[in-house]
Amino acid sequence: MAAEMIVDITKSFPGRLMLEARFGLSLDPPAILILFGPSGSGKTTVLRCLAGLERPERGFIRFGAETWFDGQVNATPQARRLGCMFQDYALFPTETVAGNVAYGLAGLTQNERKARVEEVLALLQLQGVEAMRPAQLSGGQQQRVALARAIARRPQLLLLDEPLSALDAPTRARVRGELRHLLKQLAIPSVVVTHDWGEALALGDQMAVIGDGTVLQVGTPQEVFNRPKDADVARVVGIETALEGQVRESIEGLATVEVAGVTLHALAEDEIGPDVFVCIRAEDVVLAHGAAGTTSARNQLQGRVVDISSMGALVKVGLDCGFPLFAVVTRSAVEDLRLSRGMPVTASMKAGAVHLVPRRDATPIA
Amino acid sequence: MNWIAIGVTFKLAALTALALVVIGLPIAYWVSFSRWRWKFLVESVVALPLVLPPTVLGFYILVAIGPHSPVGRLYTDLVGHPLPFTFEGLLIASILYSLPFAVQPFAAAFDQVDRRLIEASWTLGVSRIGTFVKLILPMSIAGVVTGFVLSFAHTLGEFGVVLMVGGNIEGVTRTVSIDIYDEVQALNYAGAAKTAVLLLVVSYVILLAVYAINRKVWAVWPQK
Repeated sequence: MAAEMIVDITKSFPGRLMLEARFGLSLDPPAILILFGPSGSGKTTVLRCLAGLERPERGFIRFGAETWFDGQVNATPQARRLGCMFQDYALFPTETVAGNVAYGLAGLTQNERKARVEEVLALLQLQGVEAMRPAQLSGGQQQRVALARAIARRPQLLLLDEPLSALDAPTRARVRGELRHLLKQLAIPSVVVTHDWGEALALGDQMAVIGDGTVLQVGTPQEVFNRPKDADVARVVGIETALEGQVRESIEGLATVEVAGVTLHALAEDEIGPDVFVCIRAEDVVLAHGAAGTTSARNQLQGRVVDISSMGALVKVGLDCGFPLFAVVTRSAVEDLRLSRGMPVTASMKAGAVHLVPRRDATPIA
Repeated sequence: MNWIAIGVTFKLAALTALALVVIGLPIAYWVSFSRWRWKFLVESVVALPLVLPPTVLGFYILVAIGPHSPVGRLYTDLVGHPLPFTFEGLLIASILYSLPFAVQPFAAAFDQVDRRLIEASWTLGVSRIGTFVKLILPMSIAGVVTGFVLSFAHTLGEFGVVLMVGGNIEGVTRTVSIDIYDEVQALNYAGAAKTAVLLLVVSYVILLAVYAINRKVWAVWPQK
C-alpha cells in the first residue's frame, strides 16, 4: 500500500459554522494538494490542525505510519517534522537571512549547517543577501527566504498558506512559475492553501474545495474547474474552462495557443513554457448566431450547444467547439437567441480573456 | 557618608535584581502565555506589593520566615540561625517587594512578541524552551533590561520592609534609606543631605537609562 496522509477532522468555533475536513494525500509518490476556498472558509484552520498549532475536536490525522492526532494523541508541531510557510512569512526580525534559514537546523554540526544553508540559499537564488535582515528585502525575496527556511531541514510535509498572496501581481505570476519548478524538484508532499485558481492549476496535483465548513469536492484542479460537482462548488471555484494547450508562438505579449486542434489568441504575461493550461471564465464568453462579423474579439469559435442549465438569473451553456467550453449568459439572452441543444453558435472572447497558466511538467499524479 | 550602608544597599539591590531575572522570567512567561481563565488571580498577587504598605508586607514576611513558621523552622534547622534580621532574610523580602517591578516589564515585552513568530519557531522543530531562548528573549531584551534596572532601583530606596524584616544592623541590614533616617533623627542634616543626593542622582541616572532603552512611556504597567 502506498504511503498516504489521511485527514478526517472536526472543529467548531462558537458562533460559526462547524468545520469538517476529510481528504487524503499521497506521500509516495509525493503529491501536492490544494486547499481551495474563499477567505473565512476554514482552509487556514485545516492547515493549522495539520501543523499541530490547533487541536481538532474529533477525528484523526494519520501521516503514513505516524498518528499525529486521534483524540488521545496530539503530536506537537516540533514532532511532525514540517516545513511551514505562513501567509505573511513570519520571518524572524532578530535574525539575518542566513540566520532565519539556519534556525531549525539545530541537530546538525556547524559545518553541516553552513553547507545546508548555502545549498538552500543557492537553490532559491538568495546568494548575496545572506547577511541582510528580513526588513531590508523585497517582497519576492522575503517569500523566497520563508520558503528556504521551510525546506532547509528537509521536512516530510510542506504546508504553504497562501504562498503568493503577499506579492504584487506581476511578481506573483513570475514566482508562481518558480514555485512550481521548485516543488517538483523537491518532491516533498505538500498542502497549499489558496483562493487563486491560477495557483491551484499551476501547483496542484489534487485539489480539495472547501466551502460552508466542509470539503465539497476532491479531484485534479482541472477536473474540479471544468466539472464542478454541484452548484455549491461552482459558486466557490467560479465556472472555468481549463484546457491543456500548447503555445505555438509568442510575439510582443500576444500568444498563439493550440487547444485540441483549435487555435486561440491569448495575452502572455512572461516567457511561458509550451505546455499550458488555457483558462477561460464562462462570464467572458459571448454567444452569437452564425458568424459574429468583425469585432474586437480575437477569438471566434464555431460550436454547438450541448447543454443548457439554469443557475437562477443566469444560465450556464455548455458548448462543443472541438473542445468543451462553458458560457454563462442571462436568461433573456437565451430567449433572444432562442438557444437550444444542438444549435450552432459562435462563441467569441477577447485575447485578454484567455488566460495561460504554466502546466506542471510531469503528468499529474492521480 | 556611610560607605558601609551604601555597600550593603548596592549589594542587596544587585542580588535582588539578579534573583528577579531568574524568578521573574518564568513567572512573566506564564503570565503572558497562559490561557487559563483565572490567570488574573495570579497577576493580582504579583502586583500586590505595588499597593500594599511596605510595613504590611514586611510584617507578613517577618511572620512567614520567623521561628514560629514551618519555613522559618526549616531554615533554622538547616543553617543554624533564624532568618529575620539577617541579610538573607532581607534579600528574600526585597525579592518579594520588587517582584512586580521585574515581572510586569518582562510580561509586557513578551506580550509584544508576535505569536506567529513563536509558532513558526515551533514548526521548525525548536522546543518551547529553545524558542524562548532563541527568539522570545532576544525580541524582549529591552523589557528584560527595564525589569532588571527597575527592580534594582526600587530595592535601593526600600525603607519600610527593610526596617520590619532587616532591623538596623550596621554592615548587615542597615541600608542607605535607613541611614538617612537615622542621620535626620540625630539632627545631622549635612550627613543626611550627602547620602540623599547620592540616592537621588543614582535613581535619576537609572531612570534615564530605562527611558532611553524604551523611548516610550513608563513601562511598569503593561498596557494590554
